[in-house]
Amino acid sequence: MKVTRRRFMQNTAALAALGAAPRWAESADNIKLGSVLDRSGIFDAYGKPMDRAERLAVENINAAGGLNGRMVEIIAYDTQSDMALYTQYSQQLARRDRVDVVHGGILSASREAIRPTLRKNNIPYFYNVLYEGGVCDRNIFCTGITPAQQIEVLIPAAVGRWGKKAYILAADYNYGQITAKWVQHYLEQQGAGAIQTDFFPLDVSDFSATITKIQSAAPDMLISALVGGAHLSFYRQWAATGMNARIPMASTTLGVGNEHIVLTPEEGNGILVAYNYAQSGNSPANQEFLSQWGAKYGAQSVEEIHEIAVSHYQGILLWAEAVRRAGGVERDALITTLESGIQVEGPSGRVTIDPVTHHAVLDVHLMELANQRLKVVESHPQRQPVDTQTVCDLKKNPDDNRQYEIGI
Amino acid sequence: MAVWQQTVGAFLIGLVIMAALPLVADYYTLTLLVVYGILALSLGLIWGYGGILCFGQAAFFGIGGYTFAIAAINFDAAWPALFLAVAVPALFAAVLGAMMFYGRLGDVYLAVVTLVVTLILFKFMNATAGQEWVIGAARLGGFNGIPGFPTLHLPWDAQAWLIDDRLYYFCFVLLLLCLSGCRLLLASSFGRIIIGIRENETRLQLLGYDTHGFKTALFTVGGGLAGLAGALFANWSEIVTPGLFSLGQSAEIIIWVLIGGVGTLIGPVIGAALLGWLKFVFGQQSVIDNSLVMGVLLILVVLRLPRGLLPAFAALAARLLPGRGGGRRRRLLAARNHRPGETPTGHEGGSAHGS
Amino acid sequence: MAQLAVFVLDTLYSVAVLVLISAGLGIIFGMVRVINLAHGEFLVLGGYSAITAHGLGLNIWLSMLVVAPLVVGMFGVVVERLIIRPLYGRLVNTMLATWGLSLVMVGGLNMIFGNTTTGIPLPVGGFSVGGYQVSGYNLLLIVLAALQMFVIWLVLGCTRFGLLACGTMQNASMSAAFGVNSSRVYMLTFACGAALSGLAGGVLAPLIGLTPGGGANYIAKAFITVISGGASVVSGLVASAGLFGTVSQIFTAVATPIAGELALLVVAILLLRALPSGISGRYFRNRI
Repeated sequence: MKVTRRRFMQNTAALAALGAAPRWAESADNIKLGSVLDRSGIFDAYGKPMDRAERLAVENINAAGGLNGRMVEIIAYDTQSDMALYTQYSQQLARRDRVDVVHGGILSASREAIRPTLRKNNIPYFYNVLYEGGVCDRNIFCTGITPAQQIEVLIPAAVGRWGKKAYILAADYNYGQITAKWVQHYLEQQGAGAIQTDFFPLDVSDFSATITKIQSAAPDMLISALVGGAHLSFYRQWAATGMNARIPMASTTLGVGNEHIVLTPEEGNGILVAYNYAQSGNSPANQEFLSQWGAKYGAQSVEEIHEIAVSHYQGILLWAEAVRRAGGVERDALITTLESGIQVEGPSGRVTIDPVTHHAVLDVHLMELANQRLKVVESHPQRQPVDTQTVCDLKKNPDDNRQYEIGI
Repeated sequence: MAVWQQTVGAFLIGLVIMAALPLVADYYTLTLLVVYGILALSLGLIWGYGGILCFGQAAFFGIGGYTFAIAAINFDAAWPALFLAVAVPALFAAVLGAMMFYGRLGDVYLAVVTLVVTLILFKFMNATAGQEWVIGAARLGGFNGIPGFPTLHLPWDAQAWLIDDRLYYFCFVLLLLCLSGCRLLLASSFGRIIIGIRENETRLQLLGYDTHGFKTALFTVGGGLAGLAGALFANWSEIVTPGLFSLGQSAEIIIWVLIGGVGTLIGPVIGAALLGWLKFVFGQQSVIDNSLVMGVLLILVVLRLPRGLLPAFAALAARLLPGRGGGRRRRLLAARNHRPGETPTGHEGGSAHGS
Repeated sequence: MAQLAVFVLDTLYSVAVLVLISAGLGIIFGMVRVINLAHGEFLVLGGYSAITAHGLGLNIWLSMLVVAPLVVGMFGVVVERLIIRPLYGRLVNTMLATWGLSLVMVGGLNMIFGNTTTGIPLPVGGFSVGGYQVSGYNLLLIVLAALQMFVIWLVLGCTRFGLLACGTMQNASMSAAFGVNSSRVYMLTFACGAALSGLAGGVLAPLIGLTPGGGANYIAKAFITVISGGASVVSGLVASAGLFGTVSQIFTAVATPIAGELALLVVAILLLRALPSGISGRYFRNRI
């Protein structure tokens, strides 16, 4: 009985690895990739494409014969935009499912919720989302762009175009709070400044009082770091008063949740952003990625590919590359290999792990919203995560375990 | 003496159940159910015996969790934090209770005030993401909550964390102690006065009792129990977030108690464990939505079994086994005559719809 | 000067929103004396009805102002017959049953529409007051709220149905003795309250990102406004919405939106503490 079962499992291993097979078909031989993403709730616009990117990446890896002959199997939980579920599911991934690696987390709040659990359980953790920078922990790899890569490009461009008085709107949690400080920092570098910074809890969706307040302050531009489905109302209400024609806007998050598709061209045109991924990029890697995505999920859904779906995809590629080189998934060997400067050519260009900070070196494009598309204005190749490099040195202090914040 | 003997007997039966449960589910899930049990007990006590329908039991639960996390970070030790996590919510309940009971708030108003207090705490904690919000060494963290605080460990070994089986046994023993404590409390003269107040507050006042003081005291005990549950929850989840204060959390507690049986002690505990387990089971699939099931259950219980599962089963058992449990039947009759939390509706046009 | 005008407009707007989201709950509590904890979900259902109808090609105004209240009103009839009727006169039990209903509705909406944010663009643009751009839609909501309260007042005070309803609420057996079908009066009143909730949900749909669980954001505020409102459905509601709306708007303007919300809640507690059993007692007088 037992033998038949094992043989049966081996036969179905490839199937299981596609992530399509039910749980009973797990094989002990597979590499287990744990995933926690918000596929429902107010952050689902971020999580759904990330989940698709992840399945595409693993499908590609398995189609190419797996990693060192072992198939990769996804164990995914939908965290439903609920931070409490992140700790719960990460504990399940660590203790019950005993996964080899965890990719996931979207909001910085979710990352900070699961980081201690994964560190305690010695499971390497990849956080593949653009964020506020400063996390210094040998167990985690942050492969998204950070303020020194994004905001340092965005702010000078905005100041150059529009003027020196900015009004900052940010989501009220660690991402928004720290990002607002970075924005101020770079504004001051340009001799500009923020006349006002407002923070909004993630469930706020009525912004009429704020819109009046902005008008009284009469800034030259708005900088938004708003997050999630509720905050999307701001762009609508802003445009409905007609203010979008009077005060221009730059954003560190708009487009990451595909806001530019939800908004009409009149509502969104002219908004300035800076990201790592530009869908219009014509590198072979990007073309292949787009055609694979279209083949798997339908040509229509190519539109939904956003910044963090791509960085999630590339985070998995980086991990896979390291597993191949290290010859296994054992944590210390894997981390050492990653620290040797692993790099991949992904849809967004070359991505290299920075050994000292466990962040990534990557390209950044300044882009402008035009008719529901992100149009590249200028490109800044291979930017370093300087914000984290100035405070974090995991080679010297491998036991460091904190998130540094910029002091203003 | 009889109460003591019964309590000790029930405690021992509880220990047997504690040993048996791990055979059917994993420690991680069971621990949560036990914590929910303590939380349900806290409301079951004040609602079922004091007639106080508190819509904000989650407030004390959350305060307990946050107090534990903040104190544990500041002391860098979990055990003293556990005591604070009971004391602070109890104190908060005492102040709030005194304000409400001495202010002679009616049923509905009491519900609104407790609800509003919970909402204030929720909104406030959600808005503390800035770095100016610190208590000692602990950042409040707003929406992020507070992760990564020291959790409980064996008192003689600081590295032996209370996780998995250890945390389960610890929580279960605490639950049994709380149950026994409540039982003894209700059997004392304090408990008799409390039940008397529930039945007829005016009469007790005329007899010279400070009924507001007694209700405040009971409310305080309930707050402390909920705080304990919050601290244990923090240990289990290793993070506290403003979600602890959410309306949904308050709602769930009421549902547990109602379904388990208002006016009993063990009923709410069973209700919490049962519904917590159901939620877990339904959470594993996505065909039927979780809250749909909860809602249907709640409606059915309110319409069909307004006294909850346990009293309904007990009544059934009493009918099937005549001659036994006379005392229990008397208690059940007493419970039946009282519909908890009901307002005398005066000239309410009840005759057309009187049930 | 323009700034003052805009501030007044903003304040009126926040009062109007409170009036809109509370009116349905107020009718049901004030007249039928049922606390409908599924009220938030009634709003959300109204929002989804409007968005769905609009998505099917119906005119946006028809979807918001007609379809939403109709759908939720009819839903209210069903709810009243199945759940509320056996529980009249048992306040706490109706609260718990409607709480269950709210969970069922959240779950149901989740299964139908998915746990995701939907919305529709605002149907009207902005206009300028002095140097300020103001949303035209906000002005529309103010007018709508005022109109709605006026109609309620008119119906309760000046029509036969309003008189019968008030009479039945005051003394059901007496009015039954006079031949009034009180059961039907209860049902219609409940349906009217539900329809008002649906209307509010419909007109708020363009302003908010609609999620199945979004009702929770409104129920507490509506609940507080209604309970603090006092003796009568119309003037009480307008009074408390006016107080809370102004307080929260002032704090929002000088500090943050969160300060506004917190101020509203603190004022509510102080108000309830200052008028302990008074409001409750006055509710049963049944003024309009």
